[in-house]
Amino acid sequence: MGLLSDPQCRRALAHLVLRLNTLLCVLSYMLGLGWFLALAFPLLPPRTYMSENAMGSTMVEEKFPLGERALAYGRHFAGHKRKAGGMPVVWLEQTLWSLGLEAHRQPFARTLPFPDENRERYMVRGTNVYGILRAPRAASTEALVLSAPCSDGHLNNQAVGLLLALAAYFRGQIYWAKDIIFLVNEHDLLGMEAWLEGYHDVNLTDMHSAGLLGRAGAIQAAVALELSSDVVTSFDVAVEGLNGQLPNLDLLNLFTAFCQKNGLLCTIQGKLQRSDWDSLPAYAHSLQTLLLMVLAQASGQPSGDHGLFLRYRIEALTLRGINSFRQYKYDMATVGKTLEGMFRKLNNLLERLHQSYFFYLLPSLSRFVSIGLYMPALGFLLLVLLLRISLWGWGLRAGGGQGEPRPGLLALVPPVLICHAAGVALYLLPVLSQRVATQHFPVAEAEAVVLTLIAIYVAGMALPHSTHRVLSGAGNARGWQVLKLLALLELSLLLGCLALLNFSLGFVLALTMVPAAAAVQPSGPKVLLAALLVLATPAMTLLLGILLQRELLEMPAGLAEGWQLFLSALAQGLLQHHLYGSFLCPVMALGLYPAWLLLWNVLFWK
Amino acid sequence: MAAPLALLLLVAVTVRAALYRSSLAAFIAERVEVASPLSAWKRVVEGLALLDLGVSPYSGAIFHETPLIIYLFHFLIEYAELVFMITDVLTAVALYLAIQDFNKVVFKKQKLLLELDRYAPDVAELIQTPMDMHYIPLKVALFYLMNPYTVMSCVAKSTCSINNTVIAFFILATVKGSAFLSAVFLALATYQSLYPLTLFAPALLYLLQRQFIPVKPRSKSFWLFTVQYAALYLCSLVVIVCLSFFLLNSWDFIPSVYGFILSVPDLTPNIGLFWYFFAEMFEHFSLFFVCVFQINVFFYTLPLAIKLKEHPMFFLFVQLAIISIFKSYPTVGDVALYMAFLPVWSHLYRFLRNVFVLSCVLIVCSVLFPVLWHLWIYAGSANSNFYYAITLTFSIGQILLVSDYFYAFLRREYYLTHGLHLTRQDGTEAMLVLK
Repeated sequence: MGLLSDPQCRRALAHLVLRLNTLLCVLSYMLGLGWFLALAFPLLPPRTYMSENAMGSTMVEEKFPLGERALAYGRHFAGHKRKAGGMPVVWLEQTLWSLGLEAHRQPFARTLPFPDENRERYMVRGTNVYGILRAPRAASTEALVLSAPCSDGHLNNQAVGLLLALAAYFRGQIYWAKDIIFLVNEHDLLGMEAWLEGYHDVNLTDMHSAGLLGRAGAIQAAVALELSSDVVTSFDVAVEGLNGQLPNLDLLNLFTAFCQKNGLLCTIQGKLQRSDWDSLPAYAHSLQTLLLMVLAQASGQPSGDHGLFLRYRIEALTLRGINSFRQYKYDMATVGKTLEGMFRKLNNLLERLHQSYFFYLLPSLSRFVSIGLYMPALGFLLLVLLLRISLWGWGLRAGGGQGEPRPGLLALVPPVLICHAAGVALYLLPVLSQRVATQHFPVAEAEAVVLTLIAIYVAGMALPHSTHRVLSGAGNARGWQVLKLLALLELSLLLGCLALLNFSLGFVLALTMVPAAAAVQPSGPKVLLAALLVLATPAMTLLLGILLQRELLEMPAGLAEGWQLFLSALAQGLLQHHLYGSFLCPVMALGLYPAWLLLWNVLFWK
Repeated sequence: MAAPLALLLLVAVTVRAALYRSSLAAFIAERVEVASPLSAWKRVVEGLALLDLGVSPYSGAIFHETPLIIYLFHFLIEYAELVFMITDVLTAVALYLAIQDFNKVVFKKQKLLLELDRYAPDVAELIQTPMDMHYIPLKVALFYLMNPYTVMSCVAKSTCSINNTVIAFFILATVKGSAFLSAVFLALATYQSLYPLTLFAPALLYLLQRQFIPVKPRSKSFWLFTVQYAALYLCSLVVIVCLSFFLLNSWDFIPSVYGFILSVPDLTPNIGLFWYFFAEMFEHFSLFFVCVFQINVFFYTLPLAIKLKEHPMFFLFVQLAIISIFKSYPTVGDVALYMAFLPVWSHLYRFLRNVFVLSCVLIVCSVLFPVLWHLWIYAGSANSNFYYAITLTFSIGQILLVSDYFYAFLRREYYLTHGLHLTRQDGTEAMLVLK
């Protein structure tokens, strides 16, 4: 309280903040960056451990013997898939039925807002098939899900085969206390979205689907399986879901525990953990893994079919079988045993997975960085903005008594309104105006959407010139200070909220936007500042993010390829929003882009 | 001045009408910050349905509005959106007229004191001029109508905005000096939400001041007027309560409305301080702590009445803020009502210390409410502690804001009588410090 009411103390603090502002800002930014880099030190973060009692202490013995049968099922499935030219609905239903499961199908249809060029689809029709294994020991109040996608070509046949073999084996066991749903979904995430909406009887998107006939209880956990070879060398686990949501860490711990038990190799972000930990390459390796996770989470795209489960409070992850050139291979029986063990332990759950962490970053599979450890990194970055805000805030107040007229708030309304209107246009126009664009320009719909997006984005940068024509003479020296104050406030508020919802996105954006936001002012080296600001724009962050990701995956992309990837990422981002409700696109268009435009306005203030 | 007000009303109504038609309306109506168990429109509809079925609306545990409200909507249910827009407009107009009149009084009083040489000689820059005061009523109306909190409250059809209208009319009646109408509206407001009971003190002080009756325990006219006003208030309260009894032919509404307000059985999260505390507490302590929490609202009335004897309008503002912070089921609509008064005290600007920081805190909290709610309820990755932390910050922000204004007001009054340039005993320039 003394700090707030004692004028002496306040004056001292204000003096300190005003005098040392730039120094403190640089220091704070460095500290934030350094803190984040330090997170990757192999020994710093704690080891993962199982918090959930029901899954930790009990032992299970895995006996899955049907490895050969899984491969046979896979081959049958492949044959019927080729014959049917898509999901072999009848064969799958019959097979599930003959295994003693309740078999159901769910047809769905969805017209995309514009054609998806990556996956070449526009008007999608498909059918999900699922079988429910009713638990002999319980009243269908809880369920677990094992899912495998029915993909085009030769992909994932073995996954469906293993799913069927597991269903056959699980049917014969008597210990199940939760229903188990075996789901084969068509058109990857679209099918998953249709199925989840049908299961929970909601309609969040424009999906047309038949209602579900068969239901089990509330789903406690889900595992999505992707497997395209008869033998595997390792498993890659994907955790990032829609909007960067993560499953409870215990589910991941469960998987690693069984991998260790069965001697399976497992990787995260495609990176195998190194055995040494005290060398520089080990640090670089763990930093690469961490950065890949941050980029994957920041994109807000589900990294596997499990990504949509998380929205319904169902803990889920995707397991991806990898067959590389390693010598030692594992057969289906081992893989089946691992899954059997996981399901048996999940079967023992007494309540939802909630003991362990929901907010974490993984520099390797055996170490995790929890929210308490990584938040200070962002805190230091946001502190830069707060320092600048206090500088302008105090500066304005101190100057207020010196007789210079306070800028009328009315003078600031037009730039703020125009910037936000540009954001609204950026959000609405590309999809709405695709028809007009295809009529007048020789482009396809998908291209039209992306090009309109870029056109509006770039056109927004011409705004300062037009707004100044509107308010000629209104802008004095204090005008831009207040505008900058507003922009900084909006930016820090947005970044803070984003960091709570999706830490990685908030952090990546803070990393790029904070220095430019702190430095920008109409006087000084204008070209340099403009270049800095352009580098910090969200679109540029996306481009740089893509290039960095390719670099980290050790398949660097050139500028031309990067540009192509950038265009497709834009289209994917829009699609993700319209299809699944990812919030990245509205946040960018309605929040960050206007905030950035305000800063751009400050730079060209006259 | 009528033209800008009309324009403002038009814009406000347009914004509300547009929002009613958008998909946001359903989302806003579900927000716990906007609709409390007392004021949620869903619950009013439930009560109406029960009433139509010939069952007492209070027979379930859902409906907690007063009988008058349910009968009002019994006839107007088709025009509910219109009713809520009109109540907002009426509130704004009432506040506009009240503040216009209040400003005239302030100006007259200032002139009188200047002529009587009660002010220190060097305080010319502290004097309010008509130029400064010209736009204040309009700003008050603007602050009320365009405040996002009011807009959301109206779009959610929270009955809180009706309570606000009643209180605004009570303020208007008080400022205009009509003891009778003031008592009637105060009784209505008390009947609606109980807590406006504490506004009795500022209203009485204002009316006394207006009739030039000195506030002295010895003076006979003081007691006469007080008894008169109190009797008017109590009589109208009794009449309204009896009317409610005759409407429903039962006393069910007393425990169901006032018992519900006082004993706080519904612990749905809101922006207040009660829910988390009582959700965590053992049952057998709760009676004691309910008393402690409820006393908070009434506790400050007496000291404030003594300190702000000469400034009943400021007292009214502080009391409204205290109600909206400490009441058992606060919503953002309550916050909006006292925030509408902030432009009236714009002359305190130079004495405010933290208003920038505090408004940032309030804005940040308002944005974080839905974010943390999402993380808690939908994503399942946060828990109630996160949400309560924001509730707490929001309340602290409001408390600090009000105390900042209070302190600034006292400082201005001190400077007015003692001169702007204070000197210490040793001749150096002195500074007022709140210890």
